[in-house]
Amino acid sequence: MENKIVAKNLNLWYGEKQALKNIDLDIKEKSITAFIGPSGCGKSTFLKTLNRMNDYVDNIRIEGDVILDGENIYADGVDTTILRKKVGMVFQQPNPFPMTIYDNVAYGPRIHGIKDRKTLDKIVEESLKDAALYDEVKDRLHTNALGLSGGQQQRLCIARCLAVEPEVILLDEPTSALDPISTLKIEELLMELKAKYTIAIVTHNMQQASRIADYTAFFLIGEMIEYGKTDDLFSRPQDERTENYITGRFG
Amino acid sequence: MLRSSFLNDLNQLKVDLNKMCYLVIKQLENGIDAFKNDDKELAKTVILKDKEVNDMERKIEAACLNLILRQQPIARDLRDISTALKIVTDLERIGDQIADICETIIRLNAKHAFKMVEDIPEMAEIATKMVRDAIQSFNDNDIILAKEVKLRDDRVDELFNNVKLELVEITKNAPDQIDACIEFTIIAKYLERIGDHAVNICEWTEFQETGEMDHTRLI
Repeated sequence: MENKIVAKNLNLWYGEKQALKNIDLDIKEKSITAFIGPSGCGKSTFLKTLNRMNDYVDNIRIEGDVILDGENIYADGVDTTILRKKVGMVFQQPNPFPMTIYDNVAYGPRIHGIKDRKTLDKIVEESLKDAALYDEVKDRLHTNALGLSGGQQQRLCIARCLAVEPEVILLDEPTSALDPISTLKIEELLMELKAKYTIAIVTHNMQQASRIADYTAFFLIGEMIEYGKTDDLFSRPQDERTENYITGRFG
Repeated sequence: MLRSSFLNDLNQLKVDLNKMCYLVIKQLENGIDAFKNDDKELAKTVILKDKEVNDMERKIEAACLNLILRQQPIARDLRDISTALKIVTDLERIGDQIADICETIIRLNAKHAFKMVEDIPEMAEIATKMVRDAIQSFNDNDIILAKEVKLRDDRVDELFNNVKLELVEITKNAPDQIDACIEFTIIAKYLERIGDHAVNICEWTEFQETGEMDHTRLI
């Protein structure tokens, strides 16, 4: 499997505090890669470097490279709007815009200049279908998205992300605010989406990583301690710190 | 330490498994002594004590299944628990087979058998040592010893074949011994099976350390 994203010797500081230390990590295309580790280990920070969401943080300094399809996303002249169209993101709390379900999904395509109603209709329908939400909302596309349940709202956010045809989807603890059934629906959805997209997910739920991820990376105090196939990492971790964390002996 | 109650449960599991191991070794030693000395009283004691082995198997199985259900163990914890779950089956079978040998001893003049069939004493000795060493390899996580114990099984199989040939010869010359010879064959078969269970324990010991069995990765 080809590498979609390659992080090379990536270092990141918030002011004086170093949050990422010499991270080298390849994300394989059309697969799910999970980042696990205790709070403050740098996993979310690392995820956000993959579409430069950290650019907005004050006093941040980043060294090293993040190569997406052979091009460094931190090179001069990179258009972050185009980057974030290609690398979409879904957050911990479902955050639909206070507008209709239809307008939520059409929001991105409209920003990118699509005005034709039929084209938008098609994008909205396909995105909602891909997010496994269409059947539940097809009769109320023009009602307010805030009326959806938490799980539906999160799938709407995924649909909104898919509507701009990304190649990579970053998810930062996307199910931590959801009930178990909604969580399983999102997990099933991600398993389907990996046929078309490259997915990277931060999760505190280790069972979730072991259920859905093809590859898992364990972070600790800004370092990536171990990275490999999920089956290997959860059955025969190579580093004692990984073993101790995943078996609940510290954290 | 996080998950201290889980770790306490895991430790208790190891303690119980250890007790069962030594109970089975004791049963085996007593059973072979009863066989060697035609000690029918000792044979009865072994048979009665087999219930304790069976009860321990159930107790450990229940503990393993509850830990899987409630703690979703992974990595080393999962290998420890699945190994325990598999090894108790072999221990319980060893217990059954030694109890079955003891039942035969009560029916027969076993001392006669022990001496009459030349290779039975060596079979009994090797099988007992295999079980003892298999359990030691498991307790010490000693893969080298486990591999070495597995190799000894060939000799037990060879002796079993010798015993069968010997018994055929005996029945040819002494047709009145046929019933006894059938019982001796069954005893020899039990000893051969005890060797196989020792091999299984060694294989699970290797799995516990490596996640592999016979070079095939299980987890």
